[in-house]
Amino acid sequence: MLVALTVAVAVTALALAAWCGFAAYRDQPTKDWHFIGMAVVSVLALAQLVVGIVRLAGGDRPEQGMTIFIAYLIGAFAAVPAAGFLSLTERTRWGSVTVAAGAVVLAVLEVRLYDIWGS
Amino acid sequence: MTDTDRSGAPSSAPAQKQQFELGTGPGRVLVWFYGVFTVAAASRSVVQMIVDFGRAPLAYVLSAVAAVVYGFITYSLVRGGEKARRAALVCCAAELAGVLVVGTWTLVSPSAFPDATVWSDFGMGYLFIPVILPVTGMIWLRRARRA
Repeated sequence: MLVALTVAVAVTALALAAWCGFAAYRDQPTKDWHFIGMAVVSVLALAQLVVGIVRLAGGDRPEQGMTIFIAYLIGAFAAVPAAGFLSLTERTRWGSVTVAAGAVVLAVLEVRLYDIWGS
Repeated sequence: MTDTDRSGAPSSAPAQKQQFELGTGPGRVLVWFYGVFTVAAASRSVVQMIVDFGRAPLAYVLSAVAAVVYGFITYSLVRGGEKARRAALVCCAAELAGVLVVGTWTLVSPSAFPDATVWSDFGMGYLFIPVILPVTGMIWLRRARRA
């Protein structure tokens, strides 16, 4: 797949995790700016989902199987929005921790996606 | 975790004993992780069972069992209340036992597991979160009663 995009999603996800982790450290809930950050990461993950499907449609095949690849693509796309929704109803520092955890999960998924696609 | 952590939650009323929340505050983070692991374990077992059940039936069934346990704990955390708290506590204990038994089992006789489960090698493939999660869960569930 597009390695640059995978790296970009992973790096922005880790940045988001650090940012929300900092908010939690300062005992703050997620604010509008955090949600804009989540949107940016989610758009990148969506782009990755689209690119992945286009590559599959173009005949390329991931090394470790197509089903697993698609499952991880969808999981990567859903991770940050799902955590964001949880933080919407948890207006304390723990909402920020949840989003930070969600972003870390996304970064891990990116590493797995890289492995699954192969070189 | 300190005692000031739950300062945001209005948990002062001792009268409402049976309907307290489990999925708010620090519990929200647990809901997230249990939700993620429900999805991870469930999709893992479903995919593996569809693709080739015969290769490692024991491993795939154990993944499915793990998914059910995770799913039930997630549901209990969201539901809240004393009954859900007790049920979740039992499931967390079962989960911890499962991780320890399966983890040891995979190390002692790897031949029984041609393919990995969520709990293989004490959850190493999942950054050891499967071991950490039930312990954190039980600590939280015990604290939630007193709060």
